[in-house]
Amino acid sequence: MADKPGKKKTIPRQAMAEQEPEVRRRNFEEVPLGYTMEQAQMEASRCLQCRKPGCTSGCPVSVDIPGFIQCILEGDMTAAIRNLWGKNALPAVCGRVCPQEIQCEGECILGKKGDPVAIGNLERFAADYERAHGSGELPPKLPPTGKKVAVVGSGPSGLTVAGDLIAKGHDVTIFEAFHKAGGVLVYGIPEFRLPKAIVGQEVHFLERLGVKIECNAVVGRTVSLDELFEEGYDAIYLGVGAGLPRFMNIPGENLVGILSANEYLTRANLMKAYKFPDVDTPIPIGKNVTVLGAGNVAMDSARTAMRLGADSVRIVYRRSRQEMPARAAEIHHAEEEGIEMMLLTNPTRYIGDEKGRLTGMECIQMELGEPDDSGRRRPVPIPGSELEIECDLCIVAVGSGANPLLTQSTSDLQLNKWGYIMTEPNTGKTFKRGVWAGGDIVTGAATVILAMGAGRKAADSIHEYLVYGW
Amino acid sequence: MFKIVHREEMADATVILNEIEAPLIARKAKPGQFVILKANEEGERIPLTMAEANVEKGTLTVIYMVVGKSTALFKTLQVGDGYQDVIGPLGKPTHIEKVGNVVCVGGGTGVAVLYPITKAMKEAGNHVTAIIGARNKDLLILEDKMREASNELIVCTDDGSYGHHGFVTDPLREMCEKGSLNQAILIGPVPMMKFASKITEEYDVPTLVSLNPIMVDGTGMCGGCRVSVGGETKFACVDGPEFDGHKVDYDELMLRLQAYCEEEKQCYESYCTIRDAV
Repeated sequence: MADKPGKKKTIPRQAMAEQEPEVRRRNFEEVPLGYTMEQAQMEASRCLQCRKPGCTSGCPVSVDIPGFIQCILEGDMTAAIRNLWGKNALPAVCGRVCPQEIQCEGECILGKKGDPVAIGNLERFAADYERAHGSGELPPKLPPTGKKVAVVGSGPSGLTVAGDLIAKGHDVTIFEAFHKAGGVLVYGIPEFRLPKAIVGQEVHFLERLGVKIECNAVVGRTVSLDELFEEGYDAIYLGVGAGLPRFMNIPGENLVGILSANEYLTRANLMKAYKFPDVDTPIPIGKNVTVLGAGNVAMDSARTAMRLGADSVRIVYRRSRQEMPARAAEIHHAEEEGIEMMLLTNPTRYIGDEKGRLTGMECIQMELGEPDDSGRRRPVPIPGSELEIECDLCIVAVGSGANPLLTQSTSDLQLNKWGYIMTEPNTGKTFKRGVWAGGDIVTGAATVILAMGAGRKAADSIHEYLVYGW
Repeated sequence: MFKIVHREEMADATVILNEIEAPLIARKAKPGQFVILKANEEGERIPLTMAEANVEKGTLTVIYMVVGKSTALFKTLQVGDGYQDVIGPLGKPTHIEKVGNVVCVGGGTGVAVLYPITKAMKEAGNHVTAIIGARNKDLLILEDKMREASNELIVCTDDGSYGHHGFVTDPLREMCEKGSLNQAILIGPVPMMKFASKITEEYDVPTLVSLNPIMVDGTGMCGGCRVSVGGETKFACVDGPEFDGHKVDYDELMLRLQAYCEEEKQCYESYCTIRDAV
């Protein structure tokens, strides 16, 4: 498959410069600093240009990875970004937040014996280069079809659908419940991992293409799906996200000082509470912080708490390191920043003072038993291993469920037993005519890129429906 | 921008009324529902239950007490100015039904929330007695509107400067004793709702209260507004804001409302210092 493996393997994977851990753990600036052109081309030269590229099949939106890497190698940055845009409307975002190690880079042939090509870093480089030096020239658009599409939610799947359909000549309006567009990219993922200026620019790019964005529009409350059809929309895409925080359901959970990760991160990211009192939204500052859960959201919460000045931040997770669902890079960054991992530990109750404020937590140690439904070994409590930990702030990051706000007000959508919207897997079609859905409200909480993949499929199906009527 | 078309100062300028242009929200708003307002880019999202919505004019009315930085900032907005963001209508509307004899009890700015509910309950064919209270005569709001919206109005002041001398709970207890009440709706400061609910519970009168806990998004996403109702955790923004008054854990709610009191004080004081210097 490889052309000249022997020669190219000798160049090591180019590391991206980062802020030093001791510095960055107390600021909100982005952690990795980006490649120089020289580094990017050096890294690009490691690509073997496989004829059957595993990386592309490992990508949920099938980016032509060898193609854009070749453009970087040749120094044609306009071609590189055009190539990426062909499959991915949000390359600056995906380069930063995709779990590359289990997708494109996980399939890279170089990874079999050494380090895979740093595909995420190169994607980020191409997108950042376009923002800094690009001509700003828009990709081509098909002539107007006269069809109107409403996209509900401006997260990664909604933005993908909007980008795909506007390019195909449809009239697209996004409805966003918050006062700012971007969904989880603005309220969930912190500034130090995904600068909000980048999300703003990706959203602005869609607006330049002609996408209209209506913020403060809570579909299901401000306007219903049937009213959108009455207003002349021909198709609707629902990408509203999961958006219902799960709690532990253990005693003491309503003490002051226990927040869902959704609330904590929304305060920090969307409301910019880390700048309080220069902005008006406060955020609790913990001295000893615990974060429950071990996914990306848990890492984001822990690293935010550290940046807000905590003395200690602990991740409390009931399984072992191997089962931690976060991206490898996030766990690595968190540990470098001094975040402690209390693994195989599960909280059993919260402890508070007479003012109703959190002061600590009782936990029990766990061991791994037989595999459960998810295939992971089930954690089982070890009798008599109870321990108490001191904490004044606890962030609960144990996942989210389906937010019922929209689905409850739309009786003809079919939901599964967890409240997620049922769709035809290949098209995203729901049981309601003219309505598609994708992303976390269909699959449950997943990743940015999977939501984008669902958006891509739905956009293709919506386009066929609008043009051919099926 | 959501423009303010009418503005009033009430209760010695401690309470402000804003009628705001928001046709899409006004079209849908029902008694008991709330909106979230944000004044500017750096502003906080503040939930306020609506006092009125006018479909023809495309406006909604909120009435708020100035208690901190955000409401002090709202107070500076004049007719012609506006809010950067208004989101709604949020929460479940009040269940309006003909049940017979209804008492609507309001304290402080809770009267503003109570007003559209009182009106709707009367229009549904109920005999509505309204009891409204304030610390003194000057702090009383919406007396005329409440008189019009109800069949009978009882006014109370804590200091006796007007109407009945005492708390709203006194006439409420008298009415409960008479024994013909089918429903009570209590809206006001948490201690008022707590004590008034205790009375209606003694007499087995079904009771609704409207809660206003701390929240961020108002759509069920953050869980900041969780309240214990009958031992279960509910989100006031999507499960409420109205709940069975006999089942709410008011003590927990009061503690949770204090979550940011230090931060709020700091923010308000620095705002007042800057404002007074300018």
